[in-house]
Amino acid sequence: MGKVLMKGNEAIAEAAIRAGCLNYFAYPITPQSEVAEYMARKLPEKGGVFLQGESEIAVGYMVFGAAGCGERVMTTSSGPGISLMSEALSFIACAQLPAVFVNIMRTGPGLGGILPSQADYFQATKGGGHGDYRLIVLAPSSVQEAVEMVMMAFPLSEKYRNPVMILGDGLIGQMMEPVEFPENLIVKPTRKNKWAANGMDTRKSKKRNIVKSLILDPETMNTHNLLLKEKYDQIRKKEVRFETYNMTKPYKVLIVSYGTMARVCKTAVDLLKEEGIEVGLLRPKTLFPFPEKKIREAAAKAHCKMVLSIEMSMGQMVEDVERSVQGKCPVRWYGKCGGEIPPPKELMEMIKGLKL
Amino acid sequence: MGKTFTRPVALSEKDTHYCPGCTHGIVHRLVAEVIDELGIRGKTIGVAPVGCAVLAYNYFSFDFMEAAHGRAPAVATGIKRVRPDLMVFTYQGDGDLASIGTAEIIHAANRGEKITTIFINNAVYGMTGGQMAPTTMPGQKTTTTPFGRDVEQTGMPMKMAELLSALMTPAYITRQTVISPKYVIKAKKAIKKAFEYQCEGRCFSLVEVISTCPTNWGMTPVEALSWAETTLLPYYPLGEFKTPDSQGGNDAA
Ligand SMILES: Cc1ncc(C[n+]2csc(CCOP(=O)(O)OP(=O)(O)O)c2C)c(N)n1
Ligand code: SF4
Repeated sequence: MGKVLMKGNEAIAEAAIRAGCLNYFAYPITPQSEVAEYMARKLPEKGGVFLQGESEIAVGYMVFGAAGCGERVMTTSSGPGISLMSEALSFIACAQLPAVFVNIMRTGPGLGGILPSQADYFQATKGGGHGDYRLIVLAPSSVQEAVEMVMMAFPLSEKYRNPVMILGDGLIGQMMEPVEFPENLIVKPTRKNKWAANGMDTRKSKKRNIVKSLILDPETMNTHNLLLKEKYDQIRKKEVRFETYNMTKPYKVLIVSYGTMARVCKTAVDLLKEEGIEVGLLRPKTLFPFPEKKIREAAAKAHCKMVLSIEMSMGQMVEDVERSVQGKCPVRWYGKCGGEIPPPKELMEMIKGLKL
Repeated sequence: MGKTFTRPVALSEKDTHYCPGCTHGIVHRLVAEVIDELGIRGKTIGVAPVGCAVLAYNYFSFDFMEAAHGRAPAVATGIKRVRPDLMVFTYQGDGDLASIGTAEIIHAANRGEKITTIFINNAVYGMTGGQMAPTTMPGQKTTTTPFGRDVEQTGMPMKMAELLSALMTPAYITRQTVISPKYVIKAKKAIKKAFEYQCEGRCFSLVEVISTCPTNWGMTPVEALSWAETTLLPYYPLGEFKTPDSQGGNDAA
């Protein structure tokens, strides 16, 4: 199949269908409602399930129910809706259910605005809901990458039995770009898993399954949390993904940036290069797990005088960058979070003005 | 002669944690008997609430999920939509269903989800130690209404069966009780009917069961039964409020 021109939100929906996810629950919210609209048109003809829930709270638990009986399921939302789903995310993570959540971020806090932002970084990577849990967080920086990440999110969530979040900003959802859909599914959906509560007859088993997150006994609770921690440690070890750009040059400044913001940074890096200024760019594709080791090594280079975390938020990822750099060189934040994306020129001026 | 009274296969062998005189256990048994009689144990998924019945999954012998407080109808919706061939029921208390989970139950009913809800109305929050529920009676003392429920401040007790019957979507909605054997027999019939409607793929079904909580009512089990009869039943009339053949609205018996 060749390339087609598609809006990000619709490409995300199509990617999910091609990944074998025929179950979708959601509640409308800008800037991602086109995902639901696309699913409402397409899923019935595929024999799938489309349901508009009464709230994101309910949707979170519809996902819990569908995932709990072992079916591939996705929902999409934006910040305020993800806040309402966060209790369910915590339950889903504790019960170790695979599911895919997409957050097409808008500005916040509060009702905020509907323009693109990256202000839900903490919410996605540090919890959002209660208790000791983690989401695997994938951050696309193009429509093509959003498609690839959605398609890989399902097998990834099933491999680790953990919810995966696609963290895109409003621009990824709204922009139209040429995309090419991968031909083959990585892993087909199956009803063969042993843990799902999908009826003993379905599994041809005499043993019943319970999907739950209530663990009253302190020792068992601790053991369960250790098991989750072990899983998150495995994810930290095996699933880190990032892109490097111009990092073979003796950069004085290293930018860490993700999503749409990283694309603008790339242009700034190119333009600065024309002026003889070398700047490196490291773009995390996974925000959890975070590419800590790579950032630490890159910051430890003798020519690196400063690490810049450039985000469409008031300084969230910078905390992970600081944690990664471990004092090897100064770390600064630069960003905006009103819905405007800082243009390359602004970044160039800022970088040229740095006292290194 | 064979045994005439045995444990339903759908009930597990575990002893329950319910207090002496609590009617949760009776309702569990009725649900299990119905599941046995309909032969659906292998394709049934129960959804437990948060409340005293949070451990209900321990007392049955088939697949279960345990929902967050109030969200059981949403969990059940998720299951039933992706696996319409499974039999799905929620088991919820009155704090769970009538307070924190009002939106979920109303919308599940209004969408006509082909699920069954067993709704235990004991006029109080049991698990958390006897606080006021939306179903607490006017003047009833609870730990958060130490001077009695003041309806000026907290409104009147919610009649969920009537409220849900007002929806226009076809449904089976009934209120029953298990405070004496004659009621238990009727409640069993209603629960069976509710599951049968689901088996036929007909409609949403809900059986409200007026129950006792002697512990938090500060009564002996026997006192609790008679308080339920004299105080709860006059306010919460028993009967079928809606069947899939009736029009919707409150054309109740
Ligand atoms: C989100 C949330 N809020 C509050 C609680 C605490 N809580 C647990 S059970 C319960 C009330 C249960 O009462 P009810 O539904 O009437 O069931 P019963 O215990 O009487 O059977 C509450 C408030 C909780 N677990 N989760
Ligand atoms: S507290 Fe009340 S509802 Fe809970 S088990 Fe005891 S008697 Fe039953």
